Amino acid sequence: MNAFTRFASNRGAIVGLGLLLLLVAVVLLAPLLYPQSPWRMVGRPMGAPLAGSFLLGTDTLGRDVAAGIVHGARVSLLIGVVSTVVALLIGVPLGAVAGYFGGLIDDLVMRFTEFFQTIPSFALAIVVVAILQPTLLSIVLAIAIVSWPPVTRLIRGEFLSLRSREYVQAAITVGQSTPRIIFTQILPNTLAPIIVMASLMVATAILLESSLSFLGLGDPNLMTWGYMVGAGRSRIIDAWWISFFPGVAIFLTVLALNLVGEGINDALNPRLRKEDRK
Amino acid sequence: MIMRTYFVAGVAALAFALSSAAQAQVQGGSVSVVVTPEPPMLMQALNQNGPTNMIAGNIYESLLRFNERLEPQPSLAQSWEVSEDGTVYTFKLQENVTWHDGKPFSADDVVFSLDVFLREVHPRWRPIVNNQVKSIEKVDNNTVRLTLKQPFGPLLLAMETASAPIVPKHIYEGTAYASNPMNNTPIGTGPFKFKEWNRGSYVHLVKNEDYWMDGRPYLDEIYWRFIPDAAARAVAYETGEVDVLSGGAVDIFDVPRLSQLENSCVTSKGWEMFAPHAWITINHRNGILGNQQFRQGLMHAIDREFGRDVVWNGFGQLPTGPISSKTRFYDAEVVTYDYDPEKARELIKASGYTGEPLEFLALPYGETWTRWAETIRQNFADVGVNLQIVTTDVPGWTQRTSEWNFDMTFNFLYQLGDPAIGVARSYISSNIIKGSPFANVGGYSNEKADQLFAEAAIVPKEEERQALYTQVQKLLAEDLPVLWLLEMDYPTIHRCNVKNLVTTAIGINDGFRDAWKE
Repeated sequence: MNAFTRFASNRGAIVGLGLLLLLVAVVLLAPLLYPQSPWRMVGRPMGAPLAGSFLLGTDTLGRDVAAGIVHGARVSLLIGVVSTVVALLIGVPLGAVAGYFGGLIDDLVMRFTEFFQTIPSFALAIVVVAILQPTLLSIVLAIAIVSWPPVTRLIRGEFLSLRSREYVQAAITVGQSTPRIIFTQILPNTLAPIIVMASLMVATAILLESSLSFLGLGDPNLMTWGYMVGAGRSRIIDAWWISFFPGVAIFLTVLALNLVGEGINDALNPRLRKEDRK
Repeated sequence: MIMRTYFVAGVAALAFALSSAAQAQVQGGSVSVVVTPEPPMLMQALNQNGPTNMIAGNIYESLLRFNERLEPQPSLAQSWEVSEDGTVYTFKLQENVTWHDGKPFSADDVVFSLDVFLREVHPRWRPIVNNQVKSIEKVDNNTVRLTLKQPFGPLLLAMETASAPIVPKHIYEGTAYASNPMNNTPIGTGPFKFKEWNRGSYVHLVKNEDYWMDGRPYLDEIYWRFIPDAAARAVAYETGEVDVLSGGAVDIFDVPRLSQLENSCVTSKGWEMFAPHAWITINHRNGILGNQQFRQGLMHAIDREFGRDVVWNGFGQLPTGPISSKTRFYDAEVVTYDYDPEKARELIKASGYTGEPLEFLALPYGETWTRWAETIRQNFADVGVNLQIVTTDVPGWTQRTSEWNFDMTFNFLYQLGDPAIGVARSYISSNIIKGSPFANVGGYSNEKADQLFAEAAIVPKEEERQALYTQVQKLLAEDLPVLWLLEMDYPTIHRCNVKNLVTTAIGINDGFRDAWKE
């Protein structure tokens, strides 16, 4: 069985992939679906879903909730993906160096990593955003700063075990340079866990961004799902739809990413598949 | 010297006796009030935070009270006379007044408070006593004479309880005022005595049995409750745990719902003295913002009615200029700016604006202000003005505003009854100082306006003051030093069986003297 058929045999993963593709389609079509700014007051305030011309109703200022969700999807995905890439760029090199060289370097890197791991990640993210002022950049940075330590630990472990493999020993004997061994011999063999972890990190990043926005620490000039939930929460008794639909959007996206992540895991690590372990 | 004498005391007492004969006041009862946030202290002469004033205004008294038309009423002064040239004020004090610790009150306390204590500690009284007052002297045990260097129209209004509370000489004379341990157990002359402060929970005031006004107060006790969360405050009222929600205690969008509950009354009165005036402060130093045409364009671009009706749930009135319609010397006959995006676009184009981004420093006072900023950003976007919102916390806002580090921001200031006290400060060039967000932080400077404000404060005749303030309103409405958005309402919600609660220009800050519970 090749990787793709293994992925396809996980029904949840297919559902997740479908949801993700739908989300990407929504992001791409946003300018066509809702060409106007999602901040524009277009209707009666607090209009119920389907009651007027607005599919998901309007918020406290008469802004279209559906337009907000569609435009918010772009921000959520962007932040999720970019901050994951940044976290990988920090975490992978650190973990590789620590695992490959071991000894004092390993000790130093691991203590540094533990330093970040002992601070509650959400609290740290809040502090970083509050200090830097909430903008798209500072939020991406904050999420990346709290997300890289697990990556480092994972990569370090992989490198520790791969470093003693025969093909690595052979490469050393042949006289390949250290960077070359790291990049061409070991790193490609750690790709599978990195991909699995990255897909889950995107989900966590989206959740983190939503939580920050919910607390009012989002970029005030970007429509995001977390902001919509936060702005609507005080009216939940008389206008539940304002915070409900963006909440559903967050839920489905995070669920889809987790399902896909699990699917990829199955596909890339066939021996660890749940069915086989039974 | 010819004296104009006001026998307001007798007339007011008579009028009150007549009007209240129909309904029999009930003695006794306890009232719980939500006030937010918890005040730092209750010694009103040392601290004039909103919550401090609400509670301490019922413990301390000043010489005068003010009705909702801002007319002076007797308090510790039973009557007063003003000389014809407007420079000598003689106050006849109430007799048989005692402090809460039983010591007698006299003219000595008044002279000590106004001339010594408040001169040293009070940010609003200090400039008045230093710049306008020649002398404050005791004539006899029950009479105090205050002589001015020149006429000063707003002097009586500066006698409101938060502006000039009378403090006990026997406790404070010769001590370090700020560290006097008695600050924790305030002693006043007011209708209620301090009993207990359970930090984080409540302040308990009890009836002053020896109050100088016979039969008052009616209530036995007041609990001032501190509940940190706005939603929890609303629930406390819904469940009957508290009887009164002071202005600003709940989010403005909860007001309609709470006021529709059974036995629930709502009033916007009781804020005439403060008349909070909300606007967008413009930093005139920053490029295009110094351009009058551009500012006029912005004013036409803002849908102020939407802000009032949707963001503020219909509470408040649209202002026409620097002076609130609730304040003295208001004149509506000025240039007005209706919501007109077409006209806004023309004016902004003509001003030479080229689309450069402008920063709007959000006011971190809760979600109503955040929503308001969002609608204004959209209003501006509709006419091609690129406004970016920057968020911060309260210290950050205070610091950036005080240091002139912003393009635009919200602000709202109290008018304090008289333009010379509460209005001029935001527009006169002598108040372009760093360090306070309530100075002229935008750096607006107009010689003509400076001159008019200066003159209006010291001409003796009311009519002359009106003429000058009319001129200044016309001038500023044309020039738009700031963009006035709303005369804010702070609705007080209370159980309908708490009667006579809001009867003065400062509402519940001193209203419990006359309040009673059915």
